[in-house]
Amino acid sequence: MSQITNRQVICDTLLDAAKKDRNIVVVCSDSRGSASLAPFAEQYPKQFVEVGIAEQNLVSVSAGLASCNKKVFAASPASFLSTRSYEQVKVDVAYSKTNVTLIGISGGVSYGALGMTHHSCQDIAAMASLPDMRVYLPCDRFQTRKLIEALLKDEKPAYVRVSRSATEDVYDENMDFKLNSANVIKEGADAVIISCGELVPYAVKAARELEHEGYRVGVIDMYCLKPMDEKAVIDAAEKADLIVTAEEHSPYGGLGSMVAQIVSASCPKKVVNLALPDGHIIAGTNHEIFQYYGLDDQGIKRAVIARLSQGLVK
Amino acid sequence: MDRLTRKAYELRRDIIEEVYQSKAGHIGGDLSVIDILTVLYFEVMNVNPESWKSEDRDRFLLSKGHCTDALYITLGEKGFFDKQEAIETFSSFGSVFIGHPNTDVPGIEMNSGSLGHGLSLGVGMALAARMDGRSYRTYVVLGDGEMAEGSNYEAMMAAGHYGLDQLCATVDLNGLQISGTTGETMKSDDLGEKFKAFGWYVIEVEDGNNCKQLLAAYQEAEAKKGQPSVILAHTTKGKGVSFMENQKKWHHGVMTEEQYRKAVEELEGVLA
Repeated sequence: MSQITNRQVICDTLLDAAKKDRNIVVVCSDSRGSASLAPFAEQYPKQFVEVGIAEQNLVSVSAGLASCNKKVFAASPASFLSTRSYEQVKVDVAYSKTNVTLIGISGGVSYGALGMTHHSCQDIAAMASLPDMRVYLPCDRFQTRKLIEALLKDEKPAYVRVSRSATEDVYDENMDFKLNSANVIKEGADAVIISCGELVPYAVKAARELEHEGYRVGVIDMYCLKPMDEKAVIDAAEKADLIVTAEEHSPYGGLGSMVAQIVSASCPKKVVNLALPDGHIIAGTNHEIFQYYGLDDQGIKRAVIARLSQGLVK
Repeated sequence: MDRLTRKAYELRRDIIEEVYQSKAGHIGGDLSVIDILTVLYFEVMNVNPESWKSEDRDRFLLSKGHCTDALYITLGEKGFFDKQEAIETFSSFGSVFIGHPNTDVPGIEMNSGSLGHGLSLGVGMALAARMDGRSYRTYVVLGDGEMAEGSNYEAMMAAGHYGLDQLCATVDLNGLQISGTTGETMKSDDLGEKFKAFGWYVIEVEDGNNCKQLLAAYQEAEAKKGQPSVILAHTTKGKGVSFMENQKKWHHGVMTEEQYRKAVEELEGVLA
């Protein structure tokens, strides 16, 4: 398994881009270490701003910089970035359409046993509901690099959530990447698992095992939560009997809600949403938490088999 | 009467028209802040429609965004758009002249209206100027009631930390907010000490509706190096219309026809 985290990849990508672009600016809130952005701060001190532990200021200062032609990447734990500074994101980034990419590090339940204060299980819902805000949850290091390279080319607001630890490789460096197009990893006639972020490798593993057991199960990597690739969702719903979504998020307003909205409107099929509970989350490592709530490969596999074998579909 | 004072009274007359026609707006604060806007736009700042896209223009942010009625009139007078359109369509269906500054209106840098954002935005703009070696200044106007917003103190800390001498804040200290006096609502009488504690250079303006005093303060601020400056402008809410002065109900009151006539009469009396 790769030891390179997505946050390290973001730093590497920005270091490469900054060689040719002095307008790239990174802003941190005492988060340069946890965001793996310390090398950027060291190599480009004049393109780095520290605001201290002040996430509201982090976002508004970033917007102010962006209004003066800076391409700003503001990095802070996803939990604080998406809720502590929510209004600053709404007004100064989304409403003012500033060129700020918000990097939510240690997203979802990355911080495990640190508890609710440090979990970001509402960020997809919060960010996606803001007009003009785009939301991305890349899964592995290759996709993360492609995503950041693509975002460097435009001037619109975006929120990117990455996890704390390295995730298993799903792609390689020659992967196909088109901004705002989902990656159809595998097609399937019985069921399609739609996932995003850290859970994609689990979904891939689940589909592989299911295939060995005779089920035809597809996988879609919906790293682009907003704008969501509706066509990919509709295509999947047209071909398969069951859609299963798997996400590291609350059951409300995330991937499952958005997929269900599209499927019910365009091609009604059963949609099963696998998500974190609407309640206290048990302490543990992120993998232990996924396992406990049935979001790991075995959990996803069980859910697919249960729905298919119980004849709940068709 | 000097040029700037006359201009401020002419703009007051326009604001009364705009607010009366629309039955909207925040007249009390408009009248307390208009001298500040007049001095900035007609004397201090390098901002005009011709060079609006220039990277070297000074930046202006109305953090107390609810007084955008006064800003629209000022920008219209400056030639950014037809002032009459702002007067006639302010707050009406489909108008770009909504109740808080928005970037669909020419001359507005950033959307604002939710309090406690402007100073942080200004910190970002001043940092960008420094990064690019540009000499433009960033001016942020805040309300005294707004100083209860905690985000301001994050911005004050950062501005002091970075010694942003191209950043100049002005607090429109009219002493009133929607619930009553700022003292009763949330005490802020030691604002100068607070700014000083964060490393700011503090300039008190005894009469914040006096253009001459304001101009001297902005010149002093510009000369100060190594620190951000704040001008604490002691103003009168509702200034220039006797029945509105220092009355909290005129935070966003709507004038009757009789009140409108009296306000116009008083302002035209000053201009005559």
